[in-house]
Amino acid sequence: MFLSSVPEMMEWGLRGASRSRRDALRWRLASLAVFLALWSVAGGLVELTKPFNPLFLPAPWVVIGALLELARKGQLWVHVAATLERVAVGFSAGAVLALALGLLAGQVRAVRNVVEPVVELLRPIPPLAMLPLFIVWVGIGEGSKVGFITYATFFPMFVTTVHGVAQIDGRLLRAAQSLGARPRHLFFRVILPAALPDVLTGLRLGVALSFFVIVISEFVGAENGLGYLINDGRNFFLVPQMLGAALLLGLLGYAGNGLVRVLERRVLRWQHPR
Amino acid sequence: MKIRVRGLSRTFVAQGRETPALLDVDLEVAAHEFVCLLGPSGCGKSTLLNIVAGFLRPTAGEVRVDERPVTGPGADRGVVFQEYVLFPWLTVVGNVEFGLRLKGAPAAERRGIVARYLELVGLAAHAEKYPVQLSGGMKQRVAIARALANSPEIILMDEPFGALDAQTREVLQDELGRIQRVEHKTVLFVTHSIREAVYLADRVIVMTSAPGRIKQVFTIKLPEVRDRFAPEFTHYESEITRVVKEEVAKVHE
Repeated sequence: MFLSSVPEMMEWGLRGASRSRRDALRWRLASLAVFLALWSVAGGLVELTKPFNPLFLPAPWVVIGALLELARKGQLWVHVAATLERVAVGFSAGAVLALALGLLAGQVRAVRNVVEPVVELLRPIPPLAMLPLFIVWVGIGEGSKVGFITYATFFPMFVTTVHGVAQIDGRLLRAAQSLGARPRHLFFRVILPAALPDVLTGLRLGVALSFFVIVISEFVGAENGLGYLINDGRNFFLVPQMLGAALLLGLLGYAGNGLVRVLERRVLRWQHPR
Repeated sequence: MKIRVRGLSRTFVAQGRETPALLDVDLEVAAHEFVCLLGPSGCGKSTLLNIVAGFLRPTAGEVRVDERPVTGPGADRGVVFQEYVLFPWLTVVGNVEFGLRLKGAPAAERRGIVARYLELVGLAAHAEKYPVQLSGGMKQRVAIARALANSPEIILMDEPFGALDAQTREVLQDELGRIQRVEHKTVLFVTHSIREAVYLADRVIVMTSAPGRIKQVFTIKLPEVRDRFAPEFTHYESEITRVVKEEVAKVHE
């Protein structure tokens, strides 16, 4: 059932027989429903039997109620917008930097030799370890939060971009040149499209990382944002607010990932044309 | 002379050791002539082609096209590679019109030229497909159409049918013969198939095993449309086979 036989794999690939999309969607929704049901049951039981303070494990409706309450007071949107703005600005700056430097380093050996060692030295340091430094350098305001996202997301996007350019089949460049391509043609018509799959993978990693690190930087000295909501919830023991903000972060990250996936499916249609 | 190769030598350096691949090759190809370079693997025939294409620099000697020295690749010499080398992110049409777009040809003109060459290679029905959707034979047809659509006077082909199965290979040889009777390009064609060479070439140049030199030149005096089973055809085949065998034997000594 869970392990495919070789003939099955020959026919369907490792993932097994392809079910219809409706069927797949039904399973996915059912999985979410079961998760919510289990959470509700657990929350309900805690509420009834009170083995510990029910505040520790609020049921889903309590969490959603807390979110609705925040929304009603007009605060929720302020926090969501603050987080989204930081992510958008920080991530975009990171992407621009990483793509510009990555595309250059991928093509020019000298640039790569200068930039890569520094990147490889800094990359293994968990970005969170650098947050206090950012605060010391840039201060506790918006600059350090946005800059921190830019710093953290730069690495995966830079590395995948360099890889994308470096792995280009040299014969494609030769084919283009013998069709009359000059260097500027090579960049826009061969190097860029050939590196695009890797670049997009990098963007997806970058988006995920943005939501990963923004929370932490919003724990420290922020007046708004979903990370602030979580930290604020901790100070005032508002567990539903903490869970609600976390849930929203999950949804936003999911949506961001989905956006890049849609983009991928569009521009990389040539990989799996129908 | 369309292509003039003079005293061409090329040495490769690997792990500090110099290995000569080509040694003092002289070669002239007339306009509209179809010349096959034939020889055992590693005889430098692809090296020679890559130098004419401008992908490689010679260690000594020079290549002239229309009396101008070759300094790099250019649109005057179309190249067809063994492994097709299509742009995977472009459709069949996108690949075929690649060179025309670089030249800034207007859309209407591009459409006409692309349609003509897709018709010529029998791929009109597959115009909107991507390379991953094509078989090896179809990909090589696209590559040939892409080279022709750019209207170079010279076409360089590096074992273009080497990766195809025997049947597809003969079909494409037939097609290339037919195309050449229409297009009259100057063709330099690398192969290690003697049959293929005799079937397609005006002249077959047999090269020695490494370092590559020209061993013997055969002018094929056969009608334009050739019969692989005609006695004259098999005569050329066996004669060239004898000469090539001497070189293959040397490799195994």
